[in-house]
Amino acid sequence: MNAIETKNLTKYYGKSRGITDVSITVGQGDFVGFVGPNGSGKSTTLRTLLGLISPSSGSASVLGMDVLASRTEILGRVGYLPAETAFYNGARVRDVLEYSARLRKIDCTAAAKNLCERLQLDMNRKIGELSLGNRKKVGIVCAMQHSPELYILDEPTSGLDPLMQQEFFALLQEKNQQGATVFLSSHILSEVSRYCSRAVVIREGRVIAADTVDALGSSDVKRVTLKGADGMPRFDGISALTCDEQSLSFLYRGDSKSLIAGLSQLSFGDITITDPPLDEVFMHYYAEEGESK
Amino acid sequence: MTVFLFELRQNKLLLIIWSVVIAFMLGIAIIIYPEMAPQMNEIGDMFADMGSFTAAFGMDQINFGEFWGYFAVECGNVLGLGGALFAAMTGIAALSKEQKDKTAEFLLTHPVSRSRVTANKLAAVAAQIIAVNVAVMVVAALSVTVIGESIRLREFSLLFLAYLLMQIEIGCITFGISAFLSGGGMGVGIGIAIGFYFVNILSNLTSELEVLKYLTPFAYADGAYIVSNVSLQPEYLVSGALFAAAGIIAAFAKYTKKDIL
Repeated sequence: MNAIETKNLTKYYGKSRGITDVSITVGQGDFVGFVGPNGSGKSTTLRTLLGLISPSSGSASVLGMDVLASRTEILGRVGYLPAETAFYNGARVRDVLEYSARLRKIDCTAAAKNLCERLQLDMNRKIGELSLGNRKKVGIVCAMQHSPELYILDEPTSGLDPLMQQEFFALLQEKNQQGATVFLSSHILSEVSRYCSRAVVIREGRVIAADTVDALGSSDVKRVTLKGADGMPRFDGISALTCDEQSLSFLYRGDSKSLIAGLSQLSFGDITITDPPLDEVFMHYYAEEGESK
Repeated sequence: MTVFLFELRQNKLLLIIWSVVIAFMLGIAIIIYPEMAPQMNEIGDMFADMGSFTAAFGMDQINFGEFWGYFAVECGNVLGLGGALFAAMTGIAALSKEQKDKTAEFLLTHPVSRSRVTANKLAAVAAQIIAVNVAVMVVAALSVTVIGESIRLREFSLLFLAYLLMQIEIGCITFGISAFLSGGGMGVGIGIAIGFYFVNILSNLTSELEVLKYLTPFAYADGAYIVSNVSLQPEYLVSGALFAAAGIIAAFAKYTKKDIL
């Protein structure tokens, strides 16, 4: 049984595209990053998994249960952190955490206290007085205090300072080592490459790559740098082209024969071909279709 | 029950303020009656000469110089309109405020079915309306006793029952509308309450517009009719119950399927 499985999941908001034919598999115990530019469909996918929105077509199951038929059972075993954490303004942090625990019909007092200590969150503060980062911490405690089997996290570190980000990922890794599955969306590519074992890349509502982070990093994308070139390279597979007076550099995706054939039309003094860092590979996936041609 | 109790806690301050304001205003209206009583017959005569205006406010059916006639009109003005506004504001905010304040994403990702959330919130709306009415009724009863009038239990109970049912109906209708809104909608709620009030005034003006009484809950919460006939008008109660049921059904039908964006 997979923790998450979607088949051709599609959501349209009227005529506007949300996601199209999204098929994702997240195995139990996986730590998966879900990356893509703004408006690519990450939040739509996550909200569909939680039953907040109904798909236009396709299917999704979480922990082996259909998201529409077994919404309540699924939510009992999932911890969710939304991108924008909003709570009841007049309430205190303690009230919100207790409300969340009561809605789950479990006593999370000890776990909440422990999490608040680790995240340095004062339970007596009023929600309305909290900074964006501290509100995020309240959301994290709500998502974690009941020790769920699956964490679905939408941009979990936005608003957190670097130390808190580190502590948050330490917590997630502990939970993951205890068997929990983590599926998180992020804009911060370095955190995905550092903490996730697998990544799913989505662009314009469609999944364009899904593999282990290592496999994605060792893709056929190369960083090519030419010194003293007499012109601009003009062949398929080029993206992220930059140049200065001495050199020009670009990402190339394609077979080596085509690269060599393309380069043979240019004259240059020196050439280096390297594997780009993972961040750069992700950026390559982010790039528009037209840009890469 | 958890959502129900949390709703009550969240709205505690608003509930206290509305209860105090309505009870205070009705209490004052009752307390000043002995001082106004000598002029009441003249005021009654004056209203009697105002034709349609008198009918519009139901004052053609009662003796304004008599305490229970006065009480029926004042009760209608203060508890009728005030209670209707409170019910409309409470009903319209119940579901829509979760989306307006972006707390729906928090609430609806807990293992509670949407129908249970809807039922809890509906119960909280009803409980708050009942709480306001009980507070106002207690203060009104005390005020009536203080000025030395005897409480006519049947008229008194029927008046408060009619206003309670009227507010519950408005609460249910606005609750149904609330499920369709993603923003605040407070203006819509207030507009509905005031709209119903004016529809009732229009329906009192001529017999051709009497059919409008089936549309407005103010028709069966007509203090003047209740005091002079010591009864409610079942035909309007039935149409009111149908509107309330439609509001509840719409709320469940919409909110259980709604996309939370």
